[in-house]
Amino acid sequence: MTRKEFSDSKNRQTAGAILAQPGENPLTGGAPRDDTLFVVWAEGPCNAKFNNSPHPSFLRNHFPPVPFRQLARDMTQASSSPTDPLALVGRHCLFILEEMGRIALFLAHAFAKMFALPLRAGEVLQQVHFIGLKSLFIVSLTALFTGMVLGLQGYYTLVKFGGEAALGTVVALSVIRELGPVLTALMVTGRAGSSMAAEIGIMRISEQIDALDTMDIDPVHFLASPRLAASIISFPLLTAIFDVVGIIGGYLTGVVLLGVNSGIYLGRMEAAVGMEDVSGGFIKAATFGIIVATVCCYQGYMTHTRREGFGARGVSYSTTTAVVMSAVLIFAFDYVLTSVLL
Amino acid sequence: MNGRPPLIEFRNLRKSFGSQVVLDGVNLSIEQGRVTTIIGRSGVGKSVLLKHVVGLLTPDSGEVLYRGKNLFQMSHKERKALKSQFSYMFQSLALFDSMTVGENIGLPLKEKTRLSKTEIRERVLAQMKQLELEDIEDKYPSQLSGGMRKRVALARALITRPEIVLFDEPTTGLDPVRRAAVHNMIARYQGELGFTAIIVSHDIPEVFRISQKVAMLEKGRILFEGTGNDILHCSDPAVRRFIEGDEEPDEEAQST
Repeated sequence: MTRKEFSDSKNRQTAGAILAQPGENPLTGGAPRDDTLFVVWAEGPCNAKFNNSPHPSFLRNHFPPVPFRQLARDMTQASSSPTDPLALVGRHCLFILEEMGRIALFLAHAFAKMFALPLRAGEVLQQVHFIGLKSLFIVSLTALFTGMVLGLQGYYTLVKFGGEAALGTVVALSVIRELGPVLTALMVTGRAGSSMAAEIGIMRISEQIDALDTMDIDPVHFLASPRLAASIISFPLLTAIFDVVGIIGGYLTGVVLLGVNSGIYLGRMEAAVGMEDVSGGFIKAATFGIIVATVCCYQGYMTHTRREGFGARGVSYSTTTAVVMSAVLIFAFDYVLTSVLL
Repeated sequence: MNGRPPLIEFRNLRKSFGSQVVLDGVNLSIEQGRVTTIIGRSGVGKSVLLKHVVGLLTPDSGEVLYRGKNLFQMSHKERKALKSQFSYMFQSLALFDSMTVGENIGLPLKEKTRLSKTEIRERVLAQMKQLELEDIEDKYPSQLSGGMRKRVALARALITRPEIVLFDEPTTGLDPVRRAAVHNMIARYQGELGFTAIIVSHDIPEVFRISQKVAMLEKGRILFEGTGNDILHCSDPAVRRFIEGDEEPDEEAQST
């Protein structure tokens, strides 16, 4: 069955019903919470619910929804046993695919709204201050120790081959190409990403996001777009600082502590590091910025749809999921980007 | 009825959450420029009904008509235009807790109008003065008492001078004096601005004083529709039990 056929079939309604599982909002004294987002997506544009959906209307209109969870249920029913391990794996894979699709649509919405009026420059600046400036100390500290360890490890490895002169090159290329963007992204995820998820999650469970919606203020534009823009600005800048401090860390152990010639350390580095290495690192950093902001905002935004916990516990699950998912995606995209950039 | 076409109309509205049927065929009309109060026991679905009006919830079946047009079949542009006429005061108040009182009240103006900062501040201060909220402009909602928070939410709901205001239990938790003050204020503003109000309330019979129409929601349907005076003299046993605060017969049996 093609996607079009599926969306036209009776299964569409079933999928809508199944995706709209019931739940209660503990804050409204047991009043049912709104799960209609998935019904909207599953049933297509005719019943589209306004603004609370993170899906831009053009995507809704041009791509019929694929009810992955229904497919997963069909798979389970088709197998001999509901606990069939193969069905379990399939169900989880489809769930992950569905979640990735929703995150991609959320990103498309937030990215498009970055350029919509009002531009929210003040909020972007505030977020740059929070994500960027306030992460400066922790990123610098991580960079210093990372560079120092690299200097030590690199020296004792290279000295076995008599190649300690290449220490500057090893430290610089490792930091600029790989460790700078990845470790910066991980540190900022822990410091700023978790707070993004928690803040937006609390706003969701206390109906503040619904309040924005009733005021005709797009919550994604108001909350996610400034954070996304600020992350795209902050991550490469923090990575640049990580690179410099990391190289200084390597210099401290390699040159000051272990006696590698200062001119050789810096000279070899200058000869070996090209602009493409630096720009490659920045591309990675900007990509990680997009990943962290999107995943963390999305997890907070969708706190009310979590089935494993409501209220404060739901926020805690959202925050944990945001950090873990961001970290995993950072490593996965690091591999993909490295293979493309090399 | 006064012959005016309804501004908002619920037609056979049904909404379930899993196996729990909350609205089971609600039919109700809201007339323009009047105060309609929805009463009913806690958890009966009054807030759910109200959330359908602003599109925070979508019905399983049935229609919500605005000036005869189905709310859920409107284009994005039409809905956006419609939303700008609404204001909603949440039961949980939904104040932005990381913004000051002044920022909370001024947010709808800042976001949806082209007023200057000075004009917005002037309007915010005027609104605060009317609601006896002076000198708390720079405080955060968590630093206020429950009653004050309620009035801040009310100020935020009325600052844009909306055409339709939905009040979800605007006086719950207030002392009798404040309760009467809020009722008077709604009545006064409604008289001055002429907005259409839908109030979900438990303040019986005080709220009847400001309501031109009262509807009672029971078991997912509108059990009674009429004026405050009508409901006070209604002979329906379920309505009487609710008005007089008596337990349901089966509840009595359970409690003994």
